[in-house]
Amino acid sequence: MPTPSFRKTGVISLEELSTLNLLPPESRLKKGPVAVLECPEMIPCNICVPYCPTKAIKMEKLIDLPMVDWNKCTGCSVCVAVCPGLAAFVVDLSKEDGDYVTVPHEFLPAPKVGDEVTLLSRTGEKLGRGTVTRVWERNKTYVVTVKVPKGLGMEVRAIWVEK
Amino acid sequence: MIGKCSSCFMIVNGVPNTKTCREPVADGLVVERQRGWVSPPAEQVDLGNVENYEVETDVLVVGGGPSGLSAALKVAEYGYNVLVVDEHFRLGGQLLKQTHKFFGNVELFGGMRGFQIAEEYIKKIGSNEKIKTLTQSVVYGVFRGGVVGVSGKNAHYVVKPKAVIGSTGATERYLDFINNDLPGVIGAGGAQTIMNEYGVRPGDSALVVGSGNVGIIISYQLLQAGVRVKAVVEILPEVGGWFVHAAKIRRYGIPILLQHTLKAVYGNGKVSEAEVVAVDNNFNPVPGTEKRFEVDLVLLAIGLEPDNRFFAQCGAAMKWSPDLGGLVPLRTLDLETSVKNLYVAGDASGIEEATTAIIEGQIAALSIVSKLSDGSRASKAEEEMEKLIRFLWDEYRASPVLARARRGKQLVTVSREEMEKIRSVNPPPVSFG
Ligand SMILES: Cc1cc2nc3c(=O)[nH]c(=O)nc-3n(C[C@H](O)[C@H](O)[C@H](O)COP(=O)(O)OP(=O)(O)OC[C@H]3O[C@@H](n4cnc5c(N)ncnc54)[C@H](O)[C@@H]3O)c2cc1C
Ligand code: SF4
Ligand code: SF4
Repeated sequence: MPTPSFRKTGVISLEELSTLNLLPPESRLKKGPVAVLECPEMIPCNICVPYCPTKAIKMEKLIDLPMVDWNKCTGCSVCVAVCPGLAAFVVDLSKEDGDYVTVPHEFLPAPKVGDEVTLLSRTGEKLGRGTVTRVWERNKTYVVTVKVPKGLGMEVRAIWVEK
Repeated sequence: MIGKCSSCFMIVNGVPNTKTCREPVADGLVVERQRGWVSPPAEQVDLGNVENYEVETDVLVVGGGPSGLSAALKVAEYGYNVLVVDEHFRLGGQLLKQTHKFFGNVELFGGMRGFQIAEEYIKKIGSNEKIKTLTQSVVYGVFRGGVVGVSGKNAHYVVKPKAVIGSTGATERYLDFINNDLPGVIGAGGAQTIMNEYGVRPGDSALVVGSGNVGIIISYQLLQAGVRVKAVVEILPEVGGWFVHAAKIRRYGIPILLQHTLKAVYGNGKVSEAEVVAVDNNFNPVPGTEKRFEVDLVLLAIGLEPDNRFFAQCGAAMKWSPDLGGLVPLRTLDLETSVKNLYVAGDASGIEEATTAIIEGQIAALSIVSKLSDGSRASKAEEEMEKLIRFLWDEYRASPVLARARRGKQLVTVSREEMEKIRSVNPPPVSFG
């Protein structure tokens, strides 16, 4: 098997995610918030499975890829909070006024609702500014939802709060 | 690593060669700079003041990291006495400085942060009367008759165990480059200790050498501490660590320069610049590709080497394993070495990771317990051990990200019959029990 490009770059493409069945279908994305687990490597981990309140994530063996049942997933973002790889995100592409992305955030200062923050892509490229609409915390990981310009929901994967 | 290099040797209260990284601060402490070779202050030390103790225990655990602590708890669970000795002033080994969340499954502490796992262990061990611990104490050697010497704080212990688990962890590798002795060049483990255990920011801007999990995680933690990470350099053509870790630092804009190495650092008294260079497919530097970064910190995360000193002194049969980071003791599936009743667990058995260290510690403990017991207790321990061995080899290590460690560990694991042969051909100078 050739080395997948994400092993060389630390950046995964939407095509790669889709090939691994890690991408929700277009129809589901349009319906409302849903989890995207960017976890492509069969690492020995299943933390997201027992924590998911709707039992939407399936895995038979510890090293299987986490498979989300898109219809069971409510987009609650618990997986975003607990995933040790910080590889779980929730995206909501169903709204008119913008896309909503929920990311894990482990930096101070803590983001607050209403904050204008810098949006970052998977390569750390600045994608403009977004507004924080929700923040909660679990064991020192902030789970932050930001409203981002329409069309960027699948691109924004981190935020930066300017000090 | 905690207390594993000699970079921080200073004279503390008149005692030279004191590793200041693990010397707690106290009122009136006199710390002096140490230069060159110093002689031990033999005449200043009143040996009459050193208490001597003889200790008998069922099991001695050398090193209180995740493998040693999980082993100790397992031994105690079956009702046997265990003594854990660690050089540091706190138990927990590498876990103490891991601020990130661990993988695995929930039963094996997955999802908790490393230091929280250490806290959990320390709590459980503190309330267990079967477990005795000695911190700031070094297992310095073994003597004929299977007697182990421990140099503690103002006391000396002579320990006579029925079995020993060596869970000594690993040491960091160093790298050859111009000016590598300039202050500002430190091992990633050392930086983690300073930053995550003692809460001191090690610099303002950094270059990290090595893209294994250690290099990537330290980069992320530097960022959390407010240090700018200019780049991670990696000599191989792909990222060494797991994708999810790499993705984490890429999102914050840290570049990973593949097929690059560190050529030199420059600075007046301390690092102010680092020079990296691209390498070709044979790892030769490509002239003209040099790049300079303004940094005051250069962190080396180029790999760990099993700490095999105790096993070497015991005369355990060893094998060189590039997959496992160096020379490691041969062992059976239940982790016994060629020295009777000396077991190996964790990074000392080959560099892997914390969850496997925990499982190995438990396997070693259960093997010992099943030998010390009879009847239903012995068979219960054996059953539990078999289950763990199967889980470790068939489920956990089936992950492609552990393929290398798995292959390495396979090559140094021998059957009990083979081990008996090794023992008879090459009888070790000591044995325990
Ligand atoms: C930066 C970094 C990040 C990591 N991240 C992860 C992760 O996310 N997930 C994961 O599973 N693993 C991770 N690991 C790996 C994991 O921490 C180690 O594999 C694990 O700690 C090994 O456990 P151990 O018990 O074998 O050794 P250690 O934790 O190294 O403990 C060994 C102990 O032995 C003591 N000791 C050694 N010799 C003596 C002696 N002669 N006398 C007395 N005491 C002695 C030492 O002081 C030390 O406390 C990481 C490691 C590093 C460095
Ligand atoms: S968002 Fe909630 S429901 Fe969906 S997979 Fe994650 S934890 Fe489960
Ligand atoms: S918790 Fe995160 S890293 Fe672990 S399997 Fe789930 S998505 Fe992957």
